[in-house]
Amino acid sequence: MLLQQLVNGLTLGAVYTLIALSFSLVMGILGILNIAIAELFMIGGFLGFAAIAAGLPLPAAVAVGMAGAAAIAFLIEKIAYQPLRDAPLITPLLSTLGVSIILQNVATNVWGSDPLQLPAEWFDRRFQLGPVSIGAMQLVVIGVTVALVALLAYLVQRTSVGRALRAVAENRDIARLLGVSASRITLLAFMLSGALAGAAGVMISLHYAAITPYVGVETGLKAIAVMVVGGVTRIFGALIAGPLIGIVEVLTVAYGGSQVRDLVVYGLMILILLLRPQGILGGARTDLGQRV
Amino acid sequence: MSTYYAGLFADVGILLLGALSVYVILATGQLSLGNAGFMGIGAYLASYLTVTLQWPLTAALVAAALACGAIGIIVGFPALRLRGIYLAMATLGFGEMVRSFFLNFEPMGGSGGFHGMTHVSLGTIWLWAGGVLLAVLVLERSRLWLELRAVHDDETAAGLVGLDTTLTKVGAFGFGAAIAAIAGGLFAHHHVYIEPANFGFERSIEFVLAVILGGSTVGPGALVGAMLIVMLPEWLRVVADWRLAAFGAFLILVLLTRRQGILDRPLLARLAFRRSAA
Repeated sequence: MLLQQLVNGLTLGAVYTLIALSFSLVMGILGILNIAIAELFMIGGFLGFAAIAAGLPLPAAVAVGMAGAAAIAFLIEKIAYQPLRDAPLITPLLSTLGVSIILQNVATNVWGSDPLQLPAEWFDRRFQLGPVSIGAMQLVVIGVTVALVALLAYLVQRTSVGRALRAVAENRDIARLLGVSASRITLLAFMLSGALAGAAGVMISLHYAAITPYVGVETGLKAIAVMVVGGVTRIFGALIAGPLIGIVEVLTVAYGGSQVRDLVVYGLMILILLLRPQGILGGARTDLGQRV
Repeated sequence: MSTYYAGLFADVGILLLGALSVYVILATGQLSLGNAGFMGIGAYLASYLTVTLQWPLTAALVAAALACGAIGIIVGFPALRLRGIYLAMATLGFGEMVRSFFLNFEPMGGSGGFHGMTHVSLGTIWLWAGGVLLAVLVLERSRLWLELRAVHDDETAAGLVGLDTTLTKVGAFGFGAAIAAIAGGLFAHHHVYIEPANFGFERSIEFVLAVILGGSTVGPGALVGAMLIVMLPEWLRVVADWRLAAFGAFLILVLLTRRQGILDRPLLARLAFRRSAA
């Protein structure tokens, strides 16, 4: 029973990890909270869902979700972030909120507000590993997450683009003096983060076998908590925090009742913010003094 | 006035209070994304007092405001170690925790909601909303407000000239929480039914949007913002299903072209037929 819950928690945690990475790519590099990521995640889910409904294979559906969300993220950067780059940090938070309102409205009008269900035959295949039963889709969710995280880690740590990303995160002005095009890197960070959110959206529709226009607020916001627990400026802190929060959440549902889980998750986030604002992994206490 | 417009104006009054609760906190440079949490506490507390203990509404609202103010101060002390986006995220978490708490709080109905309140008149709502707005406007002309602005503009400098910045910030937080509680109490007695979902993230965001749209540097901005947020979707009924999208686009447009919101000091001075200082 406990092992089974751990597996379920890991699957949910994998999705949280992807969205939290998406949030922290933008947060770590630009210091702003792109609230629209929660809705990009939802849109990605619907796009992937539509692709599956149209008969495309799963990898294509993931690609569609990622590409669609990245394209919208491109527009967000151009319209709602770039012109407000010099504004106080809450201004882009609010302009991306405007984008969220638009995206949610679009999704409700295009796909309706009732949940859409994936065909059941997708979820019939299950593997028995001793006492634990793993759905084929759970394996897909965990597998895709691991692959995407590895890809991102390679991109950030080993390529010249990744070096430029880290340089801009460290110090934008000095990076520019060294010949890095900060505006292109910013755009890239937005699109990468959008692609991750889109992939996470497809994963959540596989995890729940259904999707609604409200999944962004329900699940996407919780990824902010995951990002905080992992450490806001440490991009890969989410790797630990995602599975942790996923397991904590599933265990609270199993042993404490489904209603307490938000209390536990957000409580954990506030605790971390107050006691260890640099995240569970620790690290420098830089940028913590940024003003509104 | 038709019932339809009476309902809308009641919403404007309640939203005005919610917006003012954010405005007072924002004046010290802190963004709160969790004021719906305080509103929820106020709504449940005031309803409990009037329904179960049979208190008169005014006493219940005052008690709720005082209690919430105290909670705001208690929450404020640890929270104000954080700044900017971090405080915003912590308050977001606080709001969600309050909503989640009432979802599990069976004595007040849990997820089923709570009812039994008597309906409050439009006049009463506006008496409270107008009164609080007036109080904020008076406050804006006081020395205390100068201290708030000083903390907003440069906290370190404000501390160096001898201002107690922690007291100022926590005080503003408590005052904002008290105003949000009044908004909640009136909301509960206007809709005569409350459920935890009334006080979620969207509500907190609505408060912030009202302040930002209406004008975040002057008190009456909250009134303009509250009017806009309630009335604009009604006026946009021509675009039917797309009115929220139109509203989102309008928000982005305002932020792009007029960052301080629609109403600011020069505009206010012009509207008041005063010669603007050169």
